[in-house]
Amino acid sequence: MPHWLYRKLGDRIFAWVVLLLAFGVVLAALLVAWELLRGGWLAFRTFGFWGFLTGREWNAVSERFGAWPPLLGTLLTSAAALALAFFPSLAAAIFSVEYAPRWLREPLAFMVDLLAALPSVVYGLWGIFVLAPLVRNVLELPLFGWAAAQAPWLVPVLGPPTGIGLLSSVLVLALMIVPYASSLARDAIALVPREQKEAMYALGATRWEVVRLVVVPYARGGIFAGVVLALARALGETMAVTMLIGNSVQLPFTFFGPAATMASAIANEFTEATGDLHLSSLLALGFVLLLIALLTNLGANLVLAHLRSREVKR
Amino acid sequence: MNLRRRRLRDGLMVGLLLLGTLLVLLPLVMILAYVFVQGVGALNWNFFTQGPRPPGEAGGGMLPAIVGSLIIDFIALAIAAVFGLAAGVVLAEYPDHRLNPLLRLVSDVMAGLPAILMGLVAFALVVRPMGHFSGFSGAVALALLMIPIIARATEGVLRLIPWELREAGLALGLPRWRVILNLVLPAAKGGILTGLMLALARGAGEAAPLLFTAFGNPFLVFDPLRPMDSLPLKIYVYAISPYEDWHRQAWGAALLLAFLIMISSYLARRALRARGQGG
Repeated sequence: MPHWLYRKLGDRIFAWVVLLLAFGVVLAALLVAWELLRGGWLAFRTFGFWGFLTGREWNAVSERFGAWPPLLGTLLTSAAALALAFFPSLAAAIFSVEYAPRWLREPLAFMVDLLAALPSVVYGLWGIFVLAPLVRNVLELPLFGWAAAQAPWLVPVLGPPTGIGLLSSVLVLALMIVPYASSLARDAIALVPREQKEAMYALGATRWEVVRLVVVPYARGGIFAGVVLALARALGETMAVTMLIGNSVQLPFTFFGPAATMASAIANEFTEATGDLHLSSLLALGFVLLLIALLTNLGANLVLAHLRSREVKR
Repeated sequence: MNLRRRRLRDGLMVGLLLLGTLLVLLPLVMILAYVFVQGVGALNWNFFTQGPRPPGEAGGGMLPAIVGSLIIDFIALAIAAVFGLAAGVVLAEYPDHRLNPLLRLVSDVMAGLPAILMGLVAFALVVRPMGHFSGFSGAVALALLMIPIIARATEGVLRLIPWELREAGLALGLPRWRVILNLVLPAAKGGILTGLMLALARGAGEAAPLLFTAFGNPFLVFDPLRPMDSLPLKIYVYAISPYEDWHRQAWGAALLLAFLIMISSYLARRALRARGQGG
């Protein structure tokens, strides 16, 4: 017989050790929030929380820091990238499950997932040397030339056609978030019961009608989850955007011209920040980014739970 | 609507879906092809065995960055594995515990946090008290990133192990902790390793959390308490530099990194699929 200690204490000790370590994860998450809040405290105290959030000037020389320009940059780039990426990623998901021949499905899924595995800096590198010149020559210069000749009032709205700026970073961001939206949508579409689709076909529906009336409504939870995941990814994406956006916190932003996001401002200025207030403002910016990411995640969880509960009732 | 119009719309939609798919895949092919073509030229013996030369001078290599990447990534994995595995075990093996919903919420939320925030936290927690940048602080930042990935992967695999296995162990008189350590975890070994590999691949590609933690260092160092270089960091620094030769080396490093990450995600994917079909 094993010793009674082995029986009595073993389970307890093991459970305690595992729980303590797991609780370390909770602690780490709280630490993230706490450290950012503590680090940004000086900035919040100096400008006030709302004052910091809505301040329209971010200037290291005059030591006035308002989060509005980078906040606007983050919201603009994320929303635009999501709008650009939504239909192609949904199309790729639908195509790879419903239309592609069986042998092509797995490679297609793998290719899309590869887009997610590629490091952000590789996108940035490609963006600087391939995408930015392409965007400049194919999109920006012709548009700028046309605007200069036909509609001069457009010129200040478009901004300098250098290829490094808002447009390029939105494009690369859209590319980077496609796999997040697409892979969750794909999983959800693959779960649509075959009977439902067959019933539609039996009624004489075309393939597109089956997709529109059965597949997409049935998979909307997964599609939505993918969109939120993509959005969360876009909000925090740092390296590729930092390399392409030109990092200017001067408002107003223009379509082609340089801008900044919260993540790119942190990445770009953090090691160069000399004053305490500047450093603190960057940490405060991190805290705001954390709040936005939290709200996105929690909001998505709520909506998903709502969708699920409605499905159960039906 | 008459049939002809419905058929027409059907065909049109096939075209649109195909177009969307191509729009997604074309850039991927472009990126991979470009990284390969540009990167192959930069990979040579010096690339793997030498340190960087002074700015503007041609030649030199990535040895400090390669070594630094390995050290930082594996320290991060070691830290993250301890906490991530424990969290995964609690989530899957003690589903009725009171802290379980909190733990799940926290690990879900953590997985959605921007990576650069982990760098900020490691800066505040490690760099500021120590007074200087270090490879270790970079590892802490990457570990924070890896923990939720490992926790989720571990929980997912452990849930696939049938309860009968645990019951069989308990029926033989084994205490619960022996059941977990000697029956459940060994049975889930493959899946857990896959999760660890995915976490490593994710961390290995990140530059943002290392910007103000590991910071970068042109010299070959093995001491994790000193500033350290890593491949993604080096790609970033070289890409925004004005030197032609540094751009070339950035492409080489990008090829190396992309290759390693693609291989590991392919292997992980295959392992997961084999599990799905076999189980």
